[in-house]
Amino acid sequence: MARRGGAPEVSAGSMADIAFLLLIFFLVTTTIETDAGLDRMLPPIEPPDVDVIIKEKNIFQVNINKNGQLLADDNLIDLKDLRDKAKEFLDNNGDASCTYCKGKKNPESSDNPSKAIISLKSDRETKYSTYITVQNELVGAYNELRNREANRLYNMDFVQLEADYLNPETKDKLDEDALEELKAKVKRIQELFPQKLSEAETSSSN
Amino acid sequence: MSKFKLKKSTHTPEVSTASLPDIVFMLLFFFMTVTVMKDDTLKVVNELPNATEIKKLEKKNRIITIYIGKPVKKFEESQGNQLKIQMDDRFVNLADLGSKVLEAINERPEYIRGFITISLKVDKKASMGLIDDVKEELRKINALKINYTTYEGDTYKNLE
Repeated sequence: MARRGGAPEVSAGSMADIAFLLLIFFLVTTTIETDAGLDRMLPPIEPPDVDVIIKEKNIFQVNINKNGQLLADDNLIDLKDLRDKAKEFLDNNGDASCTYCKGKKNPESSDNPSKAIISLKSDRETKYSTYITVQNELVGAYNELRNREANRLYNMDFVQLEADYLNPETKDKLDEDALEELKAKVKRIQELFPQKLSEAETSSSN
Repeated sequence: MSKFKLKKSTHTPEVSTASLPDIVFMLLFFFMTVTVMKDDTLKVVNELPNATEIKKLEKKNRIITIYIGKPVKKFEESQGNQLKIQMDDRFVNLADLGSKVLEAINERPEYIRGFITISLKVDKKASMGLIDDVKEELRKINALKINYTTYEGDTYKNLE
């Protein structure tokens, strides 16, 4: 038998076609985006056992009507001013019990960030985009205040701290102690300005 | 004389395509790693609003998505042009939504059932009425953790 110079070569000419086929399959069936959005907790449906009495001044009432106009504490305001108004309300420190607040200590406004509640009401005809914009501004107010405190205490933005804490990759990078520390930091800042953003149908009686 | 001419006019040297498969494979691997499988085919118009203060939704298996919007052109005839709810490739009535969500939660492994987030993907032209109803349904079944899923971007663009 005649000796050959080696095994016969397999033609690789169609390799590109096969790869293209796979590539096109993945292009069609997959999407790049990871979802992101505004996290909210809905209030539980069963009413709490004890009726909590909340002082009128500790509630910042935001109403959106069907035309997208804003009513904040009975004043018609512009959307652009909402964030500052909300910050002013949260940071007010009416009874001077909050050591880190820088508010005006207006006795007519909220006592302490831990007592301050923002209540958001919308009309059935309100457009969802308006509603999200308002939600975004209110969350933004909380985030800005939390950032301020996080920068004071840890030299870092709260948003960054929290993103690190929530990112699943952090778990692999940090050891247990560092992770606990991060968690404690996030918890501490959250307690300084607890997010009490109610979107329940609050009746005017309470 | 003709000899020279002939040589010139014959084929120009070919570009080697030997590395083409490698390039394509590189692209393929890129797409395989950075993308995720599409899970639902949208049957409603779903253009999300913009927001800036957003948090990423990590851990896919803890998320249940509800789409709200008007039916796309193809379904306009059979479904009308009112706002509709879509879950897992199907239109869902408001009355059935609670049981459908519970069903979806019960399909998940037991240890994550407490951490399920409902991602609401709502078209920005929708009105709050139906969304309030949906929230009410979710409260009834005690699925309280929700996320208004949005794009990242300038919120004031929403108002245009």
